Formats: sequence, structure tokens, C-alpha cells
Amino acid sequence: MGWLPPAPVVAHLGLIFVIFNMLVLSAAFMVWLERKVCAYIQDRVGPNRVGFEGVLQPFADVIKLMFKEQLRPKAADTLLFAIAPVISAAAAFAAFAVVPFGTETTLFGLLDEPIPLQITDVNVAVLVIFAITSMGVYGIVLAGWSSNSKYSLLGGLRSSAQMISYELAYGLALAAVIMLAGSLSLREIVMNQAGTWWGFIPKWYLFLQPAGFLIYMIAGVAETNRAPFDFPEAEQELVAGYHTEYSSMSFALFFLAEYVNMVTVSAVATSLYLGGWLGPFLPDWLAWVWFLVKVFLLLFFYVWMRWTLPRYRYDQLMEFGWKWLLPAAVINLLATAALVLWLE
Amino acid sequence: MEVIAFYIFALLAIVTSLLVVGQRNPMHSVMLLIASFGALAGLYVLLDAPFTAVTQIIIYAGAIMVLFLFVVMLLNLPREEPAPPAIAGRARPAGLKIAAVLSLLLAAELVWALSRIGLGWFAQDPAAASVSSVTRIGSRLFAQDGYAFAFEATSILILVAMIGAVVLARKEH
Repeated sequence: MGWLPPAPVVAHLGLIFVIFNMLVLSAAFMVWLERKVCAYIQDRVGPNRVGFEGVLQPFADVIKLMFKEQLRPKAADTLLFAIAPVISAAAAFAAFAVVPFGTETTLFGLLDEPIPLQITDVNVAVLVIFAITSMGVYGIVLAGWSSNSKYSLLGGLRSSAQMISYELAYGLALAAVIMLAGSLSLREIVMNQAGTWWGFIPKWYLFLQPAGFLIYMIAGVAETNRAPFDFPEAEQELVAGYHTEYSSMSFALFFLAEYVNMVTVSAVATSLYLGGWLGPFLPDWLAWVWFLVKVFLLLFFYVWMRWTLPRYRYDQLMEFGWKWLLPAAVINLLATAALVLWLE
Repeated sequence: MEVIAFYIFALLAIVTSLLVVGQRNPMHSVMLLIASFGALAGLYVLLDAPFTAVTQIIIYAGAIMVLFLFVVMLLNLPREEPAPPAIAGRARPAGLKIAAVLSLLLAAELVWALSRIGLGWFAQDPAAASVSSVTRIGSRLFAQDGYAFAFEATSILILVAMIGAVVLARKEH
């Protein structure tokens, strides 16, 4: 076995492989969940032909998409049109690299040194997530511009204006948690939430930062372009928004990016506000189950909201973002700063 | 390993920067500039400064370039065609002279700066590696060395510039 790289390297590569596939699978699962939940909300049955209760439907969809013709408008910018979906998907996946989802493990004694269940634990993790989300905007802007179509351009412009506006509130909500935790590493932020108050309320930042959590979730929904903030794809006005001209697998990449982004926003919310993998009853090596449960609940909330609330109007969205959400985030930040100073 | 990464990022930064100037399509220039900023961020990581690297991406590659992109998109700038020979003939000598003077100035500055610190590897300051910690940057900036006033003054300056731009751009009623 001398030709193999050292065990920690193999374990790490394995971890990256597993996380990548988990993200792809979670996107597939979300597509199925979305269709099922939406069907029940609308008193329909939803997909139920492919596999048990239609769980294999997303895979059937992917196979169908693969065999579709790849179309490109004649006047499109060839290079940027091809790159845009790749930027979107890559940014969506990259953000997950710094999210921790469990304690350290030795894989039942296979490894001498335990490895953490996280791809990399950089000491500026929260900022890395922020940086990568801001890169995701380019995929959408470029898709809108390079298609050379008015619907795509308007969709791309709206979407990027929306993301830039809500990024501010999103960042300020994150800053308040960073102040409380005194660290930018997601692993340390989760560890700071260990323990309980009076023996039964977990020390999650949700209870210290209820307003921050609300701001984070609203901004997160707007960031991922989901209903009720899904203007980029307001079909009555813009057909399908920035990806109107995309077909086949390049469309699938945008679709994948949207769902992976939802998973990432939920996973980061879980780490920042809901105590990450921390939870009672389960032994340490199963702690990631709590993480999955919390992320799933947030994702379900996303879907539930989409099929319950009507879409905002675009000017209302901008007004809400700048005149209400941003000031609220600033006040929350100042209040948190005062609290931290007072506690010292 | 780090040396290889350094050369990859350095090469990427230089090549993309050169291509920025060489593009006919302004949109492609903007994208190449973003790639160049990304390569610079990679160099910062190699210098043990992850905080600087991430702020480079958030502020330059993220915020500022998105504004560039918007301007290019909204003005719908056409491809830049080479100037017709008649205009090019007149414009070239003056432009060339200015460019030559500026490049000479830059080269002289570089030589002067390098001669002051000396060529060769920079000494590794053990304290420098820990500067990567955000806490340290914060306390150096605001507490120890007392840059707080300069920092706040700069932010007020930027705010004034911003308000000025809004006032100038606003239509009179």
C-alpha cells in the first residue's frame, strides 16, 4: 500500500467527495420535496410514478435534460454564455467548504489523528462565505447580459440589484453573531453555543439574536432568489428571467445552483443560530444527524413559504430592503455591541 | 509547493491584467479584471494574510466590479473598433509620449523602492504570521497604534464624496 498517499489525505479527499455528492443529492431531494409539498398544499398528489412516491423523479428529470438540445441564441456572447452557469454552480458549491457539520472523527479507529467533519476550517470562514456569495452574482449578471435578450437582461439586472441590496443586511446580521462569538470560524461559533440555560434552553444564538436570525433568513431568501422574492423569474413579466435562453444541462446547472444555495444558506443559519451539530440524546459520532435535521427543517420552511406567500412587487422589495431591513440590521448590530460591552 | 502556487497565481495575475487592456469588448475586460483580482487574493493567502485575501474578494472582486459591470451593461458599450488611420495618426504621438513618460516614472519608482529595501528574500517576521488573526488587525488598527482617527476621517471623506455624487447626479425639480 506504499503507493497510496498518507491516510489523512485520503480521508480528506474522501470527505470532499462525500460532501460534493451530498450537496448534489440534497438538491435532487429538494426538487422532489418541493414538488411534493407544493402538490399537497395545492391539494394534488404530485410526482408518484418514478420510484416510491416519485423519489426518483429528479433523476428522471436530469436524464431528460441531458438529452435535450443545447441551444444558444445567435447574438449571444459565446464565451460568457457558456461560463455563466458554471460560475453560478461553482460559487454555490464552494461556499459549503467552510461549513462544519459534525465533531471530529477517526472513522472508527481507521485514522491515527481525528479529522473534523468539515472540508477546511479557515479562521475567516464567515467572511469566506460572504465573499463566495458575492461571486455568485456574476453568474446571474453574465447569464442575463450574454444571452442578448431583453427578458434575460432585465431578469439579470433585477436579480443582481436584489442580491447586492440584501447582501448588506445579510452581512450586518452575520456581524452581530461574530461579535457575540468573538470568532470568525464557524466551528468555534458552533462550539460557543454548547450548554444550556437553566438546564433546558440550549445556548443557541437564536435566543440571543432573534431579530438577527429573522433578518438573516429574510436576506437569505432574497439572496437565493426564492419566493416571495423571486423577481428574477417573475414569469408573468420576464418569462424565466436570466435563464430564459438556457436549455439542457446549462439550465440544469442554474437550477442546481439555486437549490445548493438554499442548502448553504440553511446550513450557515444552522451553524450561526441553531447550534450546528449540537443536540441532546445522540452520541458524538452521530452528532451530524442533528445538523441534518435542523437544515432540513429550515429547507422545509423555505418550500412552505414559497407556496404560501404571493410575490412582492419589485419596488416594494427594494424599499423593504433599504428602508426597513438594513436599518433594522444596523440597530440590531448596535444593540449587540452594547450588550457585548455591558457583559464584559 | 507554495512556490509553484506563487508562480501560478503571479502568472495568472500578470496575464489577465495584460488581457484586460487588450480586449475589444469592455465586458470581457471587466471579467478579466475580476480574474486578476482573484489571482491577487490567492497571492495574499500565500502571504499568510487570509483576511486581506477575503476582503480583496469581497470589496474589489465583489462590490466594486459589480458596479463596473452595471455601468458597462447599462451604457451598453459597443465593441471598441480600432480608430481609423486618420485619427490614429494624429492621436498616437501625444498618447505615446504620455504613456512613455508614465512608464518611465513607474519603472524609476520601482527601482528606487527596491534599492531602499534591497533585493533578495524578505526576512520572515515571526509576529507577521499572526497578523492574519483578525483580532490582531483590529486592535492594531483601533487601539495600539491609534489609527482610529485616520480611519474615521477616511470614512467621512468617502461619505462626503458619496453625498456629493448623489447631489450632482440628482435632477433639479
